[in-house]
Amino acid sequence: MARKVTSRRVWVSTTAAWLFGFLIFLPILWMVLTSFKTELEAFAMPPTFLFFHWTTENYATVQGRSDYVHHALNSIIVAGGSTLIAMIIAVPAAWSMAFAPTKRTKDILLWMLSTKMMPPVGVLVPIYLIYRDFGLLDSRAGLVLILCLGNLPIVIWMLFTYFKEIPKDILEAARMDGATIGRELVYVLTPMAIPGLASTLLLNFILAWNEAFWTLNLSTSDAAPLTVFIASYSSPEGLFWAKLSAASTLAIAPIIILGWFTQRQLVRGLTFGAVK
Amino acid sequence: MGQITLQRVRKSFGPVNIIKDANLDIEDGSFVVFVGPSGCGKTTLLRLIAGLEDVTGGQILIDGRNVVDVPPAKRGLSMVFQSYALYPHMSVRGNIAFGLKMAGLPRPEIDRKVEAAAATLNLTPYLDRKPRELSGGQRQRVAIGRAIVREPKAFLFDEPLSNLDAALRVQMRLEVTKLQKQLGTTAVYVTHDQVEAMTMADKIVVLNAGRIEQYGSPLELYERPANLFVAGFIGSPKMNFVSGEAAGEPGVATLGVRPEHLRIGKEGEGWPGTVSVAEHLGSDTFLYVDAGKLGMLTARCIGEFSLKAGDRVWLSPDPARLHRFDKEGEVVRK
Repeated sequence: MARKVTSRRVWVSTTAAWLFGFLIFLPILWMVLTSFKTELEAFAMPPTFLFFHWTTENYATVQGRSDYVHHALNSIIVAGGSTLIAMIIAVPAAWSMAFAPTKRTKDILLWMLSTKMMPPVGVLVPIYLIYRDFGLLDSRAGLVLILCLGNLPIVIWMLFTYFKEIPKDILEAARMDGATIGRELVYVLTPMAIPGLASTLLLNFILAWNEAFWTLNLSTSDAAPLTVFIASYSSPEGLFWAKLSAASTLAIAPIIILGWFTQRQLVRGLTFGAVK
Repeated sequence: MGQITLQRVRKSFGPVNIIKDANLDIEDGSFVVFVGPSGCGKTTLLRLIAGLEDVTGGQILIDGRNVVDVPPAKRGLSMVFQSYALYPHMSVRGNIAFGLKMAGLPRPEIDRKVEAAAATLNLTPYLDRKPRELSGGQRQRVAIGRAIVREPKAFLFDEPLSNLDAALRVQMRLEVTKLQKQLGTTAVYVTHDQVEAMTMADKIVVLNAGRIEQYGSPLELYERPANLFVAGFIGSPKMNFVSGEAAGEPGVATLGVRPEHLRIGKEGEGWPGTVSVAEHLGSDTFLYVDAGKLGMLTARCIGEFSLKAGDRVWLSPDPARLHRFDKEGEVVRK
């Protein structure tokens, strides 16, 4: 039986949803507001909300002191590169597991996921030493490699679930219709998998963009992405809340814009194919 | 041409034998139905003919040529799947045209053929729609359109009507039969529904546990079932089975008589029993009769039959329509 939806109920749940949404958004809003305050107002007690002296001076300082474009470029290269390589490895892997599974396929999937259960700090020292010996510290290639390896299990899992959704019958119909494997891939499989591929790509890109543990530990300047750029405003010369906020706002702006334009794909990606 | 011959075809998945030594001769232009309970191997047999599964042993000949090593597309067959298996991202036109496109036909010829197929199936107004915008019956027609447009040697149907509702199923059943007669193309059709099998087939293959139990025309199967399994599977309501000894025929293990061949007779004539349930369907009445040591018997009578539960009846089987089976369940020929 369908539940009866009264207008009051709709009103209450709508309000609750907005309230909850605002609560989640609050830290980001606060960060953006703080980035337009002076350092003094940034930690004033009681805090000022909207009525303060608005200034863009923090942005000027941040821009003057460090090279935003350099770090942003690193972020794009590292996040983009690791995502691309992960996809190139994951697509055939997920493909074969979805369409030609063996008795061990389930175990392999689980084992891959289990690597994500280990805290990364547990392998920091060995990885650091390996990176040092191979000269990968503070190199873009090094970061691409570690982020790619880190996200590969999730990418394979996501793609696997998407491919699983494609009915085998359709592939067989294509075979009956005379499509070779290559044409089957181009005309039937890829168009059907595009939503899944796109959302996996996006989610992985965002995860890689925001990854802070490995980027902070394995890079300092040459290869440092935006996470390192933000962190550079936190410790050495004491806390500069306003400048830190300005740097953070600059760092997350591109990814927020990207997320805004691709929300539909992202939501589908996050629900992992649970909803058809 | 579309003559399909199976010679000692076997298929096993690991240690499990799904198909055991199937021999079959499907004549060109005939409509052959594979029927049997679920898990009997009928779909597997169809997929072996299609080439979607590889045989473990034996030969499959299409027009005299062994095709066991030929890929599905090169066998010249087309298949209609239970799930329709339409390409969701393509329009109806794209779906029907796909096979021709893969075959590399020139564009004008593809268009002409697709439009002809669409006209045959009343799909012309829907050519530019996507499958999700169609009803179940229309989707089914697109799947059939995709099959006929390639002018194959034979159509393979894998339970194509089982996703449709009852009324539509009857209608599509007629349409498929009519279309097949009109095109004159060989058709192999899998179903678990014996009514579909009886109404559509020129010849029926009854399968059970991977074995072909009998191959013959619907009436042959109905009138002269080769064994207990076929006797029980074909016909609705099911044939009554009584032990030969109890029925006064000691030489026979099992005696079979169809519900429509049991006559309600005068007192003292035939087998006595008590009506336990009477189902009045309007056109027919089904009587479920408790006949003591003979067990439960079903009798099919005319519609306006006034017997009710608890009434005493005498059932006499039509002697010419009795089926006798030996201990192994094989029919005893006189």
